[in-house]
Amino acid sequence: MNHSFLLIIALALKEFLALLRDKSSRFVLIGPPIAQLLVFGYAANYDLDNISVAIYNEDPGIASRELVSRIEGSPNINVLYTIEKESEIRPLIDNRDVLLVMHIDSQFSANIAIGESGVVQLLLDGRNSNTAMIALNYLRDIILVLNEEWRYQNLSQAPPAIIEERAWYNENLHSQWFIITGIVGLLTLVVTLIVTALSVAREREQGTFDQLLVTPVHPFYILIGKALPGLLIGLIEGAAIIGLAVWWFDIPLRGSLFALYLGLFLFLLSAVGVGLMISAICITQQQAVLGAFLFLVPAVILSGFATPIANMPDMVQLLTWLDPLKYFLVIIRSVFLEGGGLGLLWPQFWPMVIIALLSLAMAGWLFKHRMY
Amino acid sequence: MSFPVEVSDLSKSFKSGARSIQALENVNFKLSRGQVTGLIGPDGAGKTTLMRVLCGLFPIDTGEVKVLGLNATTDAEEVQSKVSYMPQRFGLYEDLSVQENLDLYADLKGLAVEKRAECYQTLMHLTGLAPFTDRLAGKLSGGMKQKLGLACALVVPPELLLLDEPTVGVDPVSRRELWEIVYQQVEETGMTVLLSTAYLDEAERCAEVILLHEGKVINQGSPEQFSEKLQGKTWLIESEQLTPRQLQLALSKRADVVDALIANEGVRVISGSTEVASIRKSFPSSIELKISAVTPIFEDAFISLLKKQGLHEVKTAIARHKEKTENANEVIIEVDNLQRRFGDFIAVNDVSFTVKRGEIFGLLGANGAGKSTTFRMLCGLLPLSAGELSVAGVDLRHAADQARQKVGYMAQKFSLYGNLSVIQNLRFYASAYGLFKEKQKERIEWAIEAFELGDYRQANAKELPLGYKQRLSFAVALMHEPDILFLDEPTSGVDPLARREFWARTNELAESGVTVLVTTHFMDEANYCDRLVIMASGTVLAQGTPLEMKKLAQSDSEVLPTMEEAFIYLIEQQGEDG
Amino acid sequence: MIDAARYQRLSGLIRKESLQIMRDPSSIAIAFVLPVVLLFLFGYGVSLDARNIPIGIVVEQPDAATQSLTGSFEQSDYFSPFYFQTIQQAEKALEKHKIDGIVWLKNDFARALFSKHDAVIAVRVNGVNSNQANLTLGYIRGTWLSWITHYAEAKGTELNMPIQLEHRVWFNPAVSSRLFLVPGVVAIIMTLIGTLLTALVVAREWDRGTMEALFVTPLRNVEFIAGKLIPYFILGMASLFLNFFLAIWLFKVPFEGSFWLLLLTGSLYMLVSLAVGLLISVMAKNQFVAGQIAIITGFLPAFILSGFIFDINSMPPAIQFITHIVPARYYVAILQTLFLAGDVWPVILANVAALLIMLVIFTRLVAKKTRKSLE
Repeated sequence: MNHSFLLIIALALKEFLALLRDKSSRFVLIGPPIAQLLVFGYAANYDLDNISVAIYNEDPGIASRELVSRIEGSPNINVLYTIEKESEIRPLIDNRDVLLVMHIDSQFSANIAIGESGVVQLLLDGRNSNTAMIALNYLRDIILVLNEEWRYQNLSQAPPAIIEERAWYNENLHSQWFIITGIVGLLTLVVTLIVTALSVAREREQGTFDQLLVTPVHPFYILIGKALPGLLIGLIEGAAIIGLAVWWFDIPLRGSLFALYLGLFLFLLSAVGVGLMISAICITQQQAVLGAFLFLVPAVILSGFATPIANMPDMVQLLTWLDPLKYFLVIIRSVFLEGGGLGLLWPQFWPMVIIALLSLAMAGWLFKHRMY
Repeated sequence: MSFPVEVSDLSKSFKSGARSIQALENVNFKLSRGQVTGLIGPDGAGKTTLMRVLCGLFPIDTGEVKVLGLNATTDAEEVQSKVSYMPQRFGLYEDLSVQENLDLYADLKGLAVEKRAECYQTLMHLTGLAPFTDRLAGKLSGGMKQKLGLACALVVPPELLLLDEPTVGVDPVSRRELWEIVYQQVEETGMTVLLSTAYLDEAERCAEVILLHEGKVINQGSPEQFSEKLQGKTWLIESEQLTPRQLQLALSKRADVVDALIANEGVRVISGSTEVASIRKSFPSSIELKISAVTPIFEDAFISLLKKQGLHEVKTAIARHKEKTENANEVIIEVDNLQRRFGDFIAVNDVSFTVKRGEIFGLLGANGAGKSTTFRMLCGLLPLSAGELSVAGVDLRHAADQARQKVGYMAQKFSLYGNLSVIQNLRFYASAYGLFKEKQKERIEWAIEAFELGDYRQANAKELPLGYKQRLSFAVALMHEPDILFLDEPTSGVDPLARREFWARTNELAESGVTVLVTTHFMDEANYCDRLVIMASGTVLAQGTPLEMKKLAQSDSEVLPTMEEAFIYLIEQQGEDG
Repeated sequence: MIDAARYQRLSGLIRKESLQIMRDPSSIAIAFVLPVVLLFLFGYGVSLDARNIPIGIVVEQPDAATQSLTGSFEQSDYFSPFYFQTIQQAEKALEKHKIDGIVWLKNDFARALFSKHDAVIAVRVNGVNSNQANLTLGYIRGTWLSWITHYAEAKGTELNMPIQLEHRVWFNPAVSSRLFLVPGVVAIIMTLIGTLLTALVVAREWDRGTMEALFVTPLRNVEFIAGKLIPYFILGMASLFLNFFLAIWLFKVPFEGSFWLLLLTGSLYMLVSLAVGLLISVMAKNQFVAGQIAIITGFLPAFILSGFIFDINSMPPAIQFITHIVPARYYVAILQTLFLAGDVWPVILANVAALLIMLVIFTRLVAKKTRKSLE
């Protein structure tokens, strides 16, 4: 076998051993991913299945009772209080006892009986406006259905039009499907970045870097030796989380696996490039952790992981072009849910190739010029 | 009057994974008031553990520890507020200035504000730190840090002062100054001092010595009591025909020689018995030996005591791998007007020297003298600011990778992969030096055999005893049979036994034609060098053979000064000139 | 006399710590740079409010009615519509992520309206981002409902809606996510300073061997803890002021509560975070591990489990239980209330009580673990 091949194997093996034989490094590779998968997988959820509601029903009629029983029957809603006075509304919302209060007008049933509209008022706690809007949508749906039924029963009026809604790719709109596919990108980025960003700093701190530089090994090989473990560990963890997403969280995988793994590979390559850049600049491990952290937080926030890029101001949207995670998230979500393949996704691939090439070249340059 | 420290039946063990390590075993001793006691022992003997137990920082398993009449385990806080302790790394805040460090310890120890000005003045004068009060502690040289650490420990003169290896990695001038300060304090305030050290020459400065080995007290007494037992067994052997190195090599292999150490132009020998006729007879009659008796010193006693403990058998089996070249005078390393600047600061200025094939060439100097910077430039780890250098005909920084194949390197601090096992480290470096498959196996077997690493094959490198770490580093540096060996303070912090072993191996290498460039703090080690340069504040102070150096410092008297005396003399000369 | 010595030790320690903070770029970075970066990212970069959602509109038979309907989509702030000739073209665009949804007016829309004919409106959304999809569906429905009501009125047709739904969103009538994200980020920043920074600096003392020297002085445990707490407390409060100022002045978040309550609850939370940081550092004694633990137990839960973005009530019971031991949970509730709702005493008192209990528990643990011993 070729000597340079054997040399690269030896270098990569050394990196692996240095990582895996150390208790705290092992912990970093295993602990955070598990914690994050569980936390994100179960806690990071936009679906509301326990909306706390108080009902203030001033109307003794049948219609209002039916409305209340519909609300109570909804699986997502938990009616906690039935109140009798208007003055009770304020404290319930102020104190966060309920997310919303439903106020049924005293003339509700009477109005409906004479063919007019009965008024229902919703008062929502806007301290988390996103949650408030989601809750509002749930209640609107219930009332919409009820409206159509009553119109049909009472007036045999058909609805002016039927809205036939269909959500593509995520038919039941599970937010878990969205979050967990995102975690594959998030976790592999964190792990790969930490592994590569710390590797040179650790050698510098322990003095082994000098020992390595006086050997005849060319810095280029050292760089490859440093890049390989991050890449491999990222691939393995990525594959493991993809497996969990499919078999544990039951998320459909509809598209081309080849496109997914090619995307993962390119994404990891750019993460390794960024990691090595941080690594080349930082002298101590603490600086490297901080550097990785300062890259990670914006990279995650600007990637569209939790909030859509389209909602960001234009200037910020331009910044997201530099974020490799942005491209990978499109790829993985598309492959998982939309059944995407290479043809559809190629606009996501080439920016990652460019980021990877630039960051690796940059890392190589920094590496050469900051060797002492 | 009670004793300031009374330790009886003290035992202490640590849990390390499933294993339990007995750090101290049945230790008994007392310290006498108002004198300096040395705690001496090889690495891993339990010196630091004992110090920490005395400070109440470790709970103990059994026994009783009384410090200043208080129980160190139960009344730890009381003890801690009464003693002063300087830990190994001096306990300084590197991002605080000299003054701020002092202020902190003055505050912590409750020195009244109105007394400070006078106290600081005395301390600054004593330590010579007065011009540097605004400098950050991290920017001080090792010697100055150590003096600042001592000053912090002395802001309020304690009844008991504990110093844990205060002189490790510190140059002779600073060491001497530290001792002066300690003695002055003892005289003025009558404090009791316990000081641990790996420098055996310092033992002679102590009123009493406690010799610790593998957690047990081997002996306690004055240094003279130790060396008395060797009366009539210590000799200086010289020969016109043999170099000291050859002589030492021959002598150290003999069973009736306990220890052989190069000293000046001869070899200092401890013999097994009081007669040396057998030694003389063992050499061919063509070789004339001049044997004269010398007075034993503490180091002699130490070595012979520990060797009796069955500790140690030097095996210099680094069998030669290459033919000695004919061209013995070939210049291998050439340094010409070397300069290195860091911003405004000139770390190395106008340094020139040459090293010939097969020489052991020493780079001596105080901390911050520019030794390590010079060294790093030679190894190609640091670019030069000006000047030229060549190692085996090239500048390693710009040379093709293959040029580095000729060079072996051993860094100042242990710098192999700590969580890789011995065998994994060897394998990796063998690959890094382009040795694969059969050749790799062969060299690894060689390394394990020659450096007696067999018992530690699977042990993590960072868990090795210091002496073994040093062997492993040495093995790695020799993996690829280099022509040139760079050794940066290879023996710093290593106990005397391991140092002897190390030099035996280095001597053997040099004898077989390997060029060795070495830096060291230990002045007695300069005797091993063929030639050396002494550096101070970035420039070369003197250059030549050890003998030439000593002659420079020789006053009217007949006695040749020791290397350490010569060194201090040269440094002080420069101080006066500059 | 004893008190004077104690005061001297404490002030010496505080002075030393403050000097170290000022000289360490990473402390400054964590205390002042990171907060500003985070505030800017969340204030400007992150928004859960959909605006100008690109939707495709397909009208198979255009007429006055369809024109009126598409007109109301165009007028809406929520949408920016694109027109397609056929549904196939629109679906292609949806596949390529050019648009996020389709409104498809089938056949003869106007004629089918108000008759008993088949469905006339088909809506497609990309469901990958389910939250966004839900919001989009809600906005489409809302636009449709208000259009049909007006349309019916204009045509004089009786459109009878038995239930008329009105809603009011209190505290945040404009429904701007920035208003609740920014106070939440303030809580996260305080967690970072209190927990991460403190964990790192105390671990550093172990790493560098200075702890050993500190121990062998008359310094007492309590003084050591206080000496660490006070400077970082001040640093954290300084950062709180900076954040508060940026939130109000730059991001125009209203502040309905009283300032002294902000100060009081802020101090309390800072103390809890500091105690957690100290606890981590005395247990880890190593900067690298301490940093990791601080991020995993401090930063991440503050982000996900505090109710800052995700609704705690909708989490599985096991995870809801865990959120109770996340101090950030209580402070996020306090901050969002103070900023948007005002001094709502029951909310504040309940959360302050929870924080007080945590403070007592954590400081006791710290005091117990910070024995002056190296083992």
